[in-house]
Amino acid sequence: MMSEILLSLDNLNKSFGALRATQDVSLDLRAGEIHALIGPNGAGKSTLIGQIAGNLRPDTGSIQLVGQELTSMSVAQRARLGLGRSFQVSSLAEPLSVMRNVMVAVQALQGHSFRFWKPVNHDRSLLEPAYEALERMQLTHRAWTPVSELSHGERRQVEVACALALKPRALLLDEPMAGLGPEGSAHLTELLETLKLEVPILLIEHDMEAVFRLADRISVLVAGAVIAHGDSATIRQDPRVREAYLGD
Amino acid sequence: MSVTLLIEQLINGLQLGTMLFLMASGLTLVFGVMGLINLAHGSFYMVGAYATAVVSAASGSFLLGLAAGVIAAAATGALVELIVIRRLYHRPHLDQVLATFALILIFSEGTRWLFGSSPLWLNPPEWLNGFATLPGGARYPIYRLVIIGVGIAVAIALYVVISRTRLGMRIRAGESDREMIGALGVNIAKLYTLVFAMGAALAGLAGAMVGALQSVQVGMGEPVLILAFVVIVIGGIGSIKGALFGAILVGVVDTLGRVYLPALFNNFMPASEATAIGAALAAMLIYILMAVILAFKPKGLFAAHD
Amino acid sequence: MTNLDSSSTAEPGVAQHRARWHDRKGLVQIALLAGLLLVPIGLHLLGHVYYVNLASKVTLIAMAAVGLNLAIGYGGMVSFGHAAYFGLGGYVAGISAYHAFDATALITWPVSIPGSDNMLVIWLAAIVLCGLLALAIGAISLRTTGVYFIMITLAFAQMVYYFANSWPSYGGEDGLPIYLRNGLPGLDTNDALTFFLISFAGLVLAMAITSRLMKSRFGAALTMARLNDTRLATAGINPYPIRLAAFVISAMITGLAGALYADLNGFVSPSMLSWHFSGELMVIVILGGVGRLYGPLAGAVLFVMMETLLGGLTEYWQLFLGLLLLVVVLFAKHGVMGWLAGREHDE
Repeated sequence: MMSEILLSLDNLNKSFGALRATQDVSLDLRAGEIHALIGPNGAGKSTLIGQIAGNLRPDTGSIQLVGQELTSMSVAQRARLGLGRSFQVSSLAEPLSVMRNVMVAVQALQGHSFRFWKPVNHDRSLLEPAYEALERMQLTHRAWTPVSELSHGERRQVEVACALALKPRALLLDEPMAGLGPEGSAHLTELLETLKLEVPILLIEHDMEAVFRLADRISVLVAGAVIAHGDSATIRQDPRVREAYLGD
Repeated sequence: MSVTLLIEQLINGLQLGTMLFLMASGLTLVFGVMGLINLAHGSFYMVGAYATAVVSAASGSFLLGLAAGVIAAAATGALVELIVIRRLYHRPHLDQVLATFALILIFSEGTRWLFGSSPLWLNPPEWLNGFATLPGGARYPIYRLVIIGVGIAVAIALYVVISRTRLGMRIRAGESDREMIGALGVNIAKLYTLVFAMGAALAGLAGAMVGALQSVQVGMGEPVLILAFVVIVIGGIGSIKGALFGAILVGVVDTLGRVYLPALFNNFMPASEATAIGAALAAMLIYILMAVILAFKPKGLFAAHD
Repeated sequence: MTNLDSSSTAEPGVAQHRARWHDRKGLVQIALLAGLLLVPIGLHLLGHVYYVNLASKVTLIAMAAVGLNLAIGYGGMVSFGHAAYFGLGGYVAGISAYHAFDATALITWPVSIPGSDNMLVIWLAAIVLCGLLALAIGAISLRTTGVYFIMITLAFAQMVYYFANSWPSYGGEDGLPIYLRNGLPGLDTNDALTFFLISFAGLVLAMAITSRLMKSRFGAALTMARLNDTRLATAGINPYPIRLAAFVISAMITGLAGALYADLNGFVSPSMLSWHFSGELMVIVILGGVGRLYGPLAGAVLFVMMETLLGGLTEYWQLFLGLLLLVVVLFAKHGVMGWLAGREHDE
């Protein structure tokens, strides 16, 4: 059965001078799945994420979210349309509480931010959705703690909570397991497995164990191009993937 | 508008441009290598001029004074780097702006305390007092031509130092990768002091040479400093090539604007109004130029880092 | 849902940091504001008009710094050109008064507008014009960041400075006197205490607006733009218009202070537009404590006191200002308010 396609990349190309960082990349993300994107260092993963998130503009090709053309939109516009994103390196505002970090995303969802009068700290229409997102990540006990006092794993969870607060149609998670340790990694894996049923996840991950366990489909990026595509079993056995990862 | 006037004004613009380049190259080098914004650069200009004026007056030799001015500026620069500036490299730009603003207050008021508020007089040497005949027949002061020559010589010397010597290699490495030159065993602290002193020496040289054209007084470095900022913003902060191009552009546009804009307005409005509007517009011209360039290239024409 | 309100949580949340009138920070703030209000009133009763005018000066400089603090402290936009708005506000007061005095038209085309000596009209004009100037300057400058932003705001302010300097109609570099202080219906603005109270009301209003603004959604977005603009964009809010709006509001506050300052001195000149003044405003914000509501007030009190006391002792007082500033920047980053009232938090 084919489920609904929420995010699709169509023939993306991006070059920096002579370097072709992205070559004819096409892939999609369907409802209810985790689609993992893997590849050795320098394969062009960051460049591809940049194009999806809106930091970079592709030279040719298109990106669509639920049928909407994203290609010429800014980062903020894409986020408002429902593209949630977490970063490889934590991008939270350290001095602020967890709640305030999440609330900004809720704020964006409710229209423009040129509201100068009502204090946010007593605004239930902001607090409640933010609290809900924290509940989903089992973080409510840390709601008013400054991010700077959180552990590495908790920060990862806050990042995902921020993305969830946008009520996203698709999630783009950039190495969420990095630096987590076995316990934190297992915890997050569990969370992602239930999360994907609501929001499909495009997962960029280095931790192969996690990828093979979590992903419904895997695409392998090497030298800017997708060289293999399929489920875990297929990818494990693909000779080109083995060559790219194990060969010289 | 005669061709003679145009040539004369072009050379005036070139002279202003070469002086701006001496100021801007130090500023841009310090920013490119150390990531530091230094408002006190104009103080080195002033120190150079004062030292030159004092030593010239005492010894009767302009050249001796000039050497003293350059050395005094370099020494002041090195000292300031050792005491204050090196604490600022890892600080936010706001702190750098304020600390170097504090240095301006200290240098300006300190100089006023030592030398008083009235300007010192510094004359170009006798043997440079003559005039040269320009193509078209105008007579032009030799000293100003010499200033242009010195400016061009410094530009060439800087190019050679940066592209051909070990010091230049380290400076270029420092721009692109601070950790790497640390790992290569280069003493970064010493390199920074040296680069800073070098920038100060160039500012001192500019101050000394211009001091002989205008007067040597407290605050003389400030208008030049702000023009130099415009230059490096236009050229792209951190780029020596950008500083050279920007300096000549600003020098020529500013000089020609002041001469030709009032005349231009004279064509379609009464003379008194034309002079007023033309002069006001000419004073704003380089800032308008900067705004236009930045509207298209927010990082300047020769952005060093993208 | 019990954990929603930050004040009901057991965690070390934001509520504990908020000023209460009876804690140290609250006391320092009340003392500052009450001192600024009561000391001039007392001195006025004793007949020292000079000190009342000095207090007006402190108040208006503080108000200009409140504007700058919104840009630098709350918005993270290091503007080195706020003298442009202070001076423009001043020139609005000066030029309007000049034409009212002469009974000539301010402009004749496309419609004829006479000058006005009504402060309300002047304030409105100053706020609108400073907002428009900041909109134009900010729109270009905010495309850049870091050192570029600092230098570009400086350069634009210099542009305004040189324009005022070389435009002869309103005094050029000699400046423009205001022969009769502009008036407010029903009040005697020539009375030093009345003028001080008007200025004081302006300062309190500017601080109240800043405070309210920073607690609102706009303030939350601006805080995030300063701390982490990637986060803000990823959350779906474009940082650029948020910053631009804050920059414009900041300029309006500084411009209004400038309009009053020109009336206080009965004179406006390009020195109000000079880059030295932009630098001094930054110094005041930093001395007081950057990004703190009462920082500009503390900074202005300290600055004008130093100017008056040290300036009375030595002609070279700015040398000592420079040394103090250097020490504060290098070693005491939280300013006077940080020292008196403890550290500030962003929520």
